[in-house]
Amino acid sequence: MPLNWKTGGVLLGLVFFMAVLLVKPIGVSTQFVILDGIIGDLVNPDLVTQTDDGFASSNAYLNKSGGKYAQAVAEPMNYSFVFVLAMMAGAFASTLARGGLDRAERTMPALWRANFGDAPALRYGVAFLGGFIVLYGARLAGGCTSGHMMSGMMQTALSGYIFAAGAFAAAIPVSILMFKKEA
Amino acid sequence: MTSLLLAIVIGAAFGAVLDRIGATNPTYIDRMLNLTNLNLMKTILLAIGTGSVLMFGGQMIGLVDVGHMSVKAAYAGVFLGGLMLGAGWAASGYCPGTGVCAAASGRKDALFFIAGGLLGAAAYMMTYPMWKASGLLDDVAGGKVTLGTVPDSGYDGLTAVSGDLVGIVLGLAFIGVAFALPEGLRPARVGTVAAE
Repeated sequence: MPLNWKTGGVLLGLVFFMAVLLVKPIGVSTQFVILDGIIGDLVNPDLVTQTDDGFASSNAYLNKSGGKYAQAVAEPMNYSFVFVLAMMAGAFASTLARGGLDRAERTMPALWRANFGDAPALRYGVAFLGGFIVLYGARLAGGCTSGHMMSGMMQTALSGYIFAAGAFAAAIPVSILMFKKEA
Repeated sequence: MTSLLLAIVIGAAFGAVLDRIGATNPTYIDRMLNLTNLNLMKTILLAIGTGSVLMFGGQMIGLVDVGHMSVKAAYAGVFLGGLMLGAGWAASGYCPGTGVCAAASGRKDALFFIAGGLLGAAAYMMTYPMWKASGLLDDVAGGKVTLGTVPDSGYDGLTAVSGDLVGIVLGLAFIGVAFALPEGLRPARVGTVAAE
């Protein structure tokens, strides 16, 4: 069972506060681009190159904002990339601490199974497609649920509100249509 | 080095808390999004509100460095991208942060989400020049703006009202909504009820 919303909400709020107090607001989706860049640069070493005053890329997106992303690709041991690796370690430890996931949950969540049956291929296919449009959309928007919605609205950023309006305008109807049966 | 240490500590705390509030489980995400169980929504609203009150309160008393703020630009693509993310979020039950945490917690379907995400991000990298040329990435309403004006933040305010005050009032409003929201807005239908 997850934490009571009051305890969980205060804990999560403290993490947001700790992040902005000590470093900067939390964000995640950029690191998908950085990992893509790292992989791309392994295949094609000309993707990211060092210049006199920093880093540049043959890809216009990695090269934007003065090669900020290009630099992160060239130097992956930076705050934001390590942050996401640490998130995974934290979630892993938390799952272990609450006894781990059973086999059925490891394949697919209960609510999915109740609505679409237990064929893994369908679940994996939708998870893959979902991942594609989530990250395409997040990069188009310039952030995701963490950076735009949570960190953005926390800072009273106009963009955070615009993003949240778009995200829920699509997410609520899609979820209502897809998940009609309770698990 | 200090910055990497902070990345490890804050990142691990974030990942662990996301897991403990149920956000790494798509069942809880979609019970929130189909409005049958709003516990996770109440959690998130309370978190945003708590973070906001502490952050702006901290800035007012000089505890928090205003320079740590990082405000993203507003443009039409933010809404469009939000719609796309929302649809994929509902269908898969994952967003970028919870997806990587879910994979780490042992969920195999989250690995497919990440693979799709890497391909989606790569597709955006390829098509970025087209979006740039379309004008949909051009700033609206001043671009990187906050709702009030936060002195010395480097960001303009949409209004001239004190940004710290706006932050605290909105933070309290988020907390209020978290308490006011019911457990669910739609009834959950258990078992083999035929789809409409």
